[in-house]
Amino acid sequence: MRWMKWGGILVVLAMLAACAAPAPPAPTATPAGPAQPAAQPSPTPAASPTPAVKKIILGFTASQTGKLTKESKEQVQGLQLWLDDLQRAGGIRLPDGTVIQVELKFYDDESTKERVQQLYVKLINEDKADFLISPYSSGLADAAAVIAEQYGKIMITIGAASDSTYEKGYRHIFQIYTPASRYLTGAIDFLKKMDPNARRIAIVYENEKFSTDVVNAAKPYAESQGFEVVLFEGYETGTTDFGPFINKIMAAKPDAIIGGGHFQDGSTLAKQLFEKKVPVKMIALLVAPAVPEFAQLGDAAVGVIGPSQWEPGAKYSPDSAKAAGLPWYGPTVDQFVSAYKAKYGYEPGYHAAGGYAAGLVLQKAIEDAGSIETEKVKAALEKMDLMTFYGRIKFDTGKAHGKQIGHEMVYLQWQKDASGNLIRPIVWPEAAQAAKPIYPLSR
Amino acid sequence: MVNPGVWIASLIDGLLLGFVYGLAAMGLTLIWGVMRVINLAHGPIIALGMFGVYLLFAYAGVHPYLGLFAVALLGLLVGILIYEVAVHRVLNAPHLSTLLATFSVNMMIIGTGTALFTTTPRNIDISLGRLTFGPVVLLGTRMLAALAAVLIAAGLYLFLYRTIPGKMVRAVASHRAAAELMGIPSARVLAFSFGLGTMLAAVAGGLIATFFPFTILSGGAYELKSFVICVLGGLGNPTGALLGGLILGALEGLIPIVLPVSWVPVIEFLLFVLLLLLRPQGLLGER
Repeated sequence: MRWMKWGGILVVLAMLAACAAPAPPAPTATPAGPAQPAAQPSPTPAASPTPAVKKIILGFTASQTGKLTKESKEQVQGLQLWLDDLQRAGGIRLPDGTVIQVELKFYDDESTKERVQQLYVKLINEDKADFLISPYSSGLADAAAVIAEQYGKIMITIGAASDSTYEKGYRHIFQIYTPASRYLTGAIDFLKKMDPNARRIAIVYENEKFSTDVVNAAKPYAESQGFEVVLFEGYETGTTDFGPFINKIMAAKPDAIIGGGHFQDGSTLAKQLFEKKVPVKMIALLVAPAVPEFAQLGDAAVGVIGPSQWEPGAKYSPDSAKAAGLPWYGPTVDQFVSAYKAKYGYEPGYHAAGGYAAGLVLQKAIEDAGSIETEKVKAALEKMDLMTFYGRIKFDTGKAHGKQIGHEMVYLQWQKDASGNLIRPIVWPEAAQAAKPIYPLSR
Repeated sequence: MVNPGVWIASLIDGLLLGFVYGLAAMGLTLIWGVMRVINLAHGPIIALGMFGVYLLFAYAGVHPYLGLFAVALLGLLVGILIYEVAVHRVLNAPHLSTLLATFSVNMMIIGTGTALFTTTPRNIDISLGRLTFGPVVLLGTRMLAALAAVLIAAGLYLFLYRTIPGKMVRAVASHRAAAELMGIPSARVLAFSFGLGTMLAAVAGGLIATFFPFTILSGGAYELKSFVICVLGGLGNPTGALLGGLILGALEGLIPIVLPVSWVPVIEFLLFVLLLLLRPQGLLGER
């Protein structure tokens, strides 16, 4: 069977060679934002007579059945919206005048790794996909990355936070999400900035892979920032009684508590910390605070901080890009949010934003490369360092090739607005801040 | 290194919880004591008690502690229904049949509950304030739950030892055939006893719901604890169940001070196995 795969690669390579235009990469023009159809002239530039039009296929799998359907659907909707915007703008325009039209090709992976691997081979060999987008979740994206790398195809990953995929020496996999190892480091930066006198951190976390990955990276980071980790302990998945555990935290007298795991344990921990009036200045927990149902905790939710890949209230803008000395690319946050709402009827979450960002990043890389050749686009991705509605994008080009090193988590904090309703504005990083943070907690 | 305040605070926390564990376990042990049936629907009944209080509170505005009375009555009726439909017919069959019958009920409740309520955790947001004595913080909800558990246990004791129906239950438990010969309607007494057991489980669930979040699957953890507690106290012995609950609660409170929290179940079940080996009749068991 192996020869068939290699045969497939040869065919693909031959096609690519045939497609590749020998245009010298001219200096890139100012990128046109895809979500501004009004400002965009129709694809008939007066200067060039009849631009060459090329079609590329963007392949991926979606979890239309199985356990990941909800997140996957959002992600695909985001990607679809990007394509709509791109088509309205007339496609990707290369410096030599060539216009690239993009077609999406996808299958249902049933939320399983086996299907993912079969289908990515099919996408590459049969559908001749030029570029790939990952399925949702670290596990499925990791399975797809093996195939993409074997066939030397560029794959942009979304919904895949786990660090390990990018530490296997792959050269063609590029991550959009902030990796798990940086989920809580921003909370530590926040604490340091808000309170130079804070010294003691208690880290309590769910005993499970994702949470453990997060805290194993957060602990050395906290120590490197001059904090003392006074408690570092995991609890079982499904814990509902944190009582005795909280007594232990109180004995350690921390300034801040960080950690958590998923929704249920995180919200319970937050509730019981509140009931017992544990006197800490900051609480930052994984996952739970980013879920809207966290509001059920009422007063116990107030002040709790949680990381999120992106929020509709994010304050990334051409101005903040300029302040950071980075080029801006693509729609603004408002443009993305209102276009998404108009198309799907509700506010986008970070899964949808990630989907859009994946398309946007690939579009920009193709523009920068002035080509659809894998190696040239790869080089453009490696060089990329820009700001979008989704935040900064920059990839590691060293040992952890393709790992996202530019994008920052945003940290939301549950607060009460003037009329006493619970809201969750972004409080960190400062560039994205939408409200004054509550610090210290009044307990 | 660890100050005594932490020990005291943890012990009190554990004991308060232990009363409620004990109450739940009493339901399990009562059913076993009367009819030699291990009720595998015990956990889901606890969860139903949680949802009963929650639904009354969230949709009808009934105060959780008032809701408990309704949940007690419903628990009794649901128990009688389960007995009549699933248990009575197989009561004299080998143990496997009653195990399978109650397990089927367990699966049906969990399946229906998952479909109706999903497994999104629910919360009952009430606070009865707190009392603070140095390192010890006593939460109103926990104290009231412990108090309720003690009162219900006392009520059960009075019922079983001081009333005619209670004596009938004990008579059927000690010798069903003889009780029938004395004119005791054993079928009805058995149904009522099963109802009483599920009522205790449902009320314990309702009390737990006032301080821990829950899903329809949450009963499982308390069902496991109930088994350990029953073995600790002696299967079929309600007073033993309360004592067992207190011991388990205290262990859960104290072990995490010296060991990571993950070790709690290891030690609990180690104790369970040791007890089965060394004193299978339980701490208060006779045989």
